[in-house]
Amino acid sequence: MTVIEKELPEGGDRMLRGTPGQTIGPFFKFGLEYADGPYVVPPYSPGAIHISGYVRDGAGFAIPDALVEIWGAGPDGSQITEHGSLHRDGHRFTGFGRSATDDEGRFFFWTREPGATEAGKAPFFAVMLFARGLPNKLHTRIYLPDDEAALAADPFLASLAPEERATLVAKRNEDGSLSHDLWMQGEKETVFLAY
Amino acid sequence: MAEVQGARKPEEMLASDDFPTQRRIVEEIAGIHERFDAAEAAGEHHAQRTLWDFPPYRSSILRHPTKNPKLVDPESVELWSPAYGQRDVSEIEADLTLQHAGEPLGQRMTIRGRILDGWGRPVANQLVEIWQANAAGRYIHQRDQHPAPLDPNFTGAGRTITDDQGWYSFTTIKPGAYPWKNHQNAWRPAHIHFSLFGSKFTQRLVTQVYFPGDPLFALDPIYNSIPDQQDRDRLLATYDHDLTVPEFSLGFRWDIVLTGKHATWFEPEGDH
Repeated sequence: MTVIEKELPEGGDRMLRGTPGQTIGPFFKFGLEYADGPYVVPPYSPGAIHISGYVRDGAGFAIPDALVEIWGAGPDGSQITEHGSLHRDGHRFTGFGRSATDDEGRFFFWTREPGATEAGKAPFFAVMLFARGLPNKLHTRIYLPDDEAALAADPFLASLAPEERATLVAKRNEDGSLSHDLWMQGEKETVFLAY
Repeated sequence: MAEVQGARKPEEMLASDDFPTQRRIVEEIAGIHERFDAAEAAGEHHAQRTLWDFPPYRSSILRHPTKNPKLVDPESVELWSPAYGQRDVSEIEADLTLQHAGEPLGQRMTIRGRILDGWGRPVANQLVEIWQANAAGRYIHQRDQHPAPLDPNFTGAGRTITDDQGWYSFTTIKPGAYPWKNHQNAWRPAHIHFSLFGSKFTQRLVTQVYFPGDPLFALDPIYNSIPDQQDRDRLLATYDHDLTVPEFSLGFRWDIVLTGKHATWFEPEGDH
């Protein structure tokens, strides 16, 4: 397919027809996985947090061939423009992480907590989910759990039913780490997003 | 409510539980496409051009969301994208035929195209990742154990960064068709997986490119999880003799549009 060059008004509602997505398939790891993927920052470095969880199917089974990506703002809410997510230097913060679920269906990241990027909005990680058996990408968010006032005031979260909202907010563990499971189906089905 | 369970072994999940015939799969695909066409003809517009709920692809049954995604305004971080540069990807990673001591077997292929956003602007300086089977249809992944030969001179993974005008280019070999266990005698059309970042995180996309004239298209539930032929055609590379390198490789052109936004299309904008 060759797309004829044509520029449309930026931000307008009329757009070129997009290229559709397809499943990531069963054998993506040799193409997409890299050792530093989950280590957005070095473990236990100042400001580093660990976030992990399971990706679960409609029968409750964890999914051992899913891919989770997170993309976050800086701790002060700033946009991150550093290169180097594929070749990390252990210092500059790139904000992007990629974690293939392991054979027990678990993903993890070492990263920093994002700050709120806009007044009145609660801070969150933007999240992509891919899997064998999932015909196209899914977008979701993982909100930080601590600032309950910010969560309560966030207009998007406020628009959701309590059980929907619960699928988007991580759980803080005693050791300071975060846990967050992604459910494809069922009562805990994660709220996925379209834009 | 679903009980929390461990993970099944990936090897045990590759074959579907009911292992239907190819005829049965084709009938199921036809039924879903007919219902989709009827709904669109009745004025229903599907923002989602790939069906998450597509039972002919058996492993999707327990892995697709059952609720519609929530339509939200993208916020800050979703309007930005990770930044990639020379530091992330070396030039040689775009040539999958140079990764080993010897030459891989198969027909060499150059695939080149532009990545544009929904408003026709180039997606510059962004990461493109590809992975594929070898010429015999075998993936290097250890869980692909079907008895086609591995090629010691071919891994099948590559990366590049788009230039200022959104162009990418890869040199590789044509992948073979790949057998899988979704149903009896199931074969995937030859394809290369593409992972793409746009200028906004909402545009992130993973998809597959196919090649003209593949006899397996009508039989494949993954290709057909996109119910509209015009959309499926957007996954087809075009043979381009201007990209063919004399005595070296056959040339294919494939452009990609990353929209990431629910919108009305400007049509027609393409040809074949």
